[in-house]
Amino acid sequence: MPESRELLLSVRELSVSFRTRSGIVHAVDRLSFDLRQGEVLGVVGESGSGKSVSMLAVMGLVTDPNAIVQGSIVFRGQELVGTAEKRMRAMRGRDIAMIFQDPMTALTPVYTVGWQIVEQIQAHQPLSKKAARLQARELLGAVGMPNPDAQLDRFPHQLSGGMRQRAVIAMALACRPALLIADEPTTALDVTVQAQILEVLDHMRKTIGSAVILITHDMGVVAELADRVMVMYAGRAAETGTASDLFNDPWHPYTWGLLGSIPPLSGPKPRRLLSIAGAPPSLVHLPDGCAFAPRCPSRFELCSKRPALSGVLEHDAACFLDEDARVLARPAMATDGAGP
Amino acid sequence: MMLLLLRRLGQMLFVMFGISVLAFAIFFATPGSDPSARIAGRNAAPETLIQVRHDFGLDRPLPVQYVLLMKRLFVTGDLTSFVNRGQKVVPEIIAATPVTLSLVLGAALLWIVAAGVIGTLAAATRGSWLDRGLMIAGLIGVSMPVYWLGSVLNLFAQSRMHDSLLFSWVPPLGYIPLSEDPFGWFKTLVIPWFTLAVLYAGLYGRILRGALIESLQEDYIRTARAKGLSESRILLRHALRCSLISVVTLFGLDFGALVGGGALLAEVVFALPGIGKLTFDALQTLDLPVIMATVIYASFFIVASNAVVDIAYGFIEPRMRDA
Repeated sequence: MPESRELLLSVRELSVSFRTRSGIVHAVDRLSFDLRQGEVLGVVGESGSGKSVSMLAVMGLVTDPNAIVQGSIVFRGQELVGTAEKRMRAMRGRDIAMIFQDPMTALTPVYTVGWQIVEQIQAHQPLSKKAARLQARELLGAVGMPNPDAQLDRFPHQLSGGMRQRAVIAMALACRPALLIADEPTTALDVTVQAQILEVLDHMRKTIGSAVILITHDMGVVAELADRVMVMYAGRAAETGTASDLFNDPWHPYTWGLLGSIPPLSGPKPRRLLSIAGAPPSLVHLPDGCAFAPRCPSRFELCSKRPALSGVLEHDAACFLDEDARVLARPAMATDGAGP
Repeated sequence: MMLLLLRRLGQMLFVMFGISVLAFAIFFATPGSDPSARIAGRNAAPETLIQVRHDFGLDRPLPVQYVLLMKRLFVTGDLTSFVNRGQKVVPEIIAATPVTLSLVLGAALLWIVAAGVIGTLAAATRGSWLDRGLMIAGLIGVSMPVYWLGSVLNLFAQSRMHDSLLFSWVPPLGYIPLSEDPFGWFKTLVIPWFTLAVLYAGLYGRILRGALIESLQEDYIRTARAKGLSESRILLRHALRCSLISVVTLFGLDFGALVGGGALLAEVVFALPGIGKLTFDALQTLDLPVIMATVIYASFFIVASNAVVDIAYGFIEPRMRDA
């Protein structure tokens, strides 16, 4: 089980804010989480919940001059926040790699797939072009590209979306990174291709032994791959725990809402799916207390204070409801449907 | 790629044929006017008119006239100017072409290099004082008319400061063929090159900066950063490489137009006997055969350089190869 593995990444009180004309936007607000070697962490939340920005901060890729990154990101015992760009660059692609949502635009259109993988290999390893190309060919074979020799010399536009995402995965894993951040790797793909890509991702991380942070808003993807899950809301962690904790015994009302919005595969079909009332909060004017409180059907006096993540056995929720209150509140939310 | 090349060449020939027909029609088939009178020039003697009519086959049907004209332009090359008393037109154009090509090629090389440096530096440091300074300098360059800048430079280099160390090397105005004296050729052309390049360097620098900044927002730049590549490699190998299309498109048009006689102002100011100067002189004396020939020559050059640009697209942009 995860506990036995060594700690790879430890994020503490990470905040990313942007100065804008309408005020300071708190995209990530004091986020903390841990990741062990070889573990798959699913990060779930709606658009604008700070999933992508927090992981870009881990990569050191928050390049906006108006952005402020605070807190601590420790990767293999090394502090990344405030690290010189040159050192960060040496780690990027070699120790921490990232794949992005849309494979259609993620590859430079004017270079062949092989050229781009070779570029990735040569950026971090002193290999000859020939050796790098050989390695690129192997990688393409490993991610299940049919006829990898021919694919090396093809341009991105000559490949289908699924093929391109395979190439992107091959490129990201070219230097066998300890951590792979996958930002919605299947969102832009056909449903039939999604499963294949997830399979490739899972297969590759097992062979290489990379830990994976899987950003998604697809609970199905999380259920399939993730060891642990972090639910994010308004730039904060709402709930963290093992995948089975979260699916079988979710604590946070926001998680209930997320799970309730998936149509069940068995049993009677609900008349209408649960939706969470209200809209996500403006990140400029976050409420003082729990960010979810304005939309929460179970809120009470305490919710005007900010809840800390707390729980038992690595299952934590940022919620003041205790076990008894949860038992009462969750069915109420499900039947209310539209919340308060 | 081969197919693209062949198809583009075929298209080019077709367009050139169309242009030659149009140019012919404008000069010979305009209703209500007698082409022989215009070809012969002002106050021509009746004998000249008769000779022109016979020479150009003006008493025969239009298609025959067209074929005759094309034959004299491209096959026998003996199209004659009547205003200038029997001067042959085609050799004149052939003599003027290397002058214009020397001027425009040198200037183009200069402005492409300058614009590349200006645009890349400005995009890399966008928002900084360097970026602003370069863009203002570019704007000043664009705003200075060629004839003004050329005249000012001539004033200094040829008279006011000709004896100073800075300009003592400058030869008198005019053109020295490359085959005769390469160093002299270079020396006469340095100032014209610079004058012509200033205008285009500013323009191209600004356009390249815009294209680069747009490329830098693309997803593949984020991917390149995530690969751990250096900023300069990202800028040059990824962003710049993808921004070339806009510059190459513009370059094809400008280059074609300049070689086709658009460098007229620079040629007149620096007394370079190129195509622009030839057209300019022909217009002043209403020398119709020369005007006709230069119009056809210019349009052919624009078409040809556009075809070259389209073929260059195939190299720059792999997505065009399959189209």
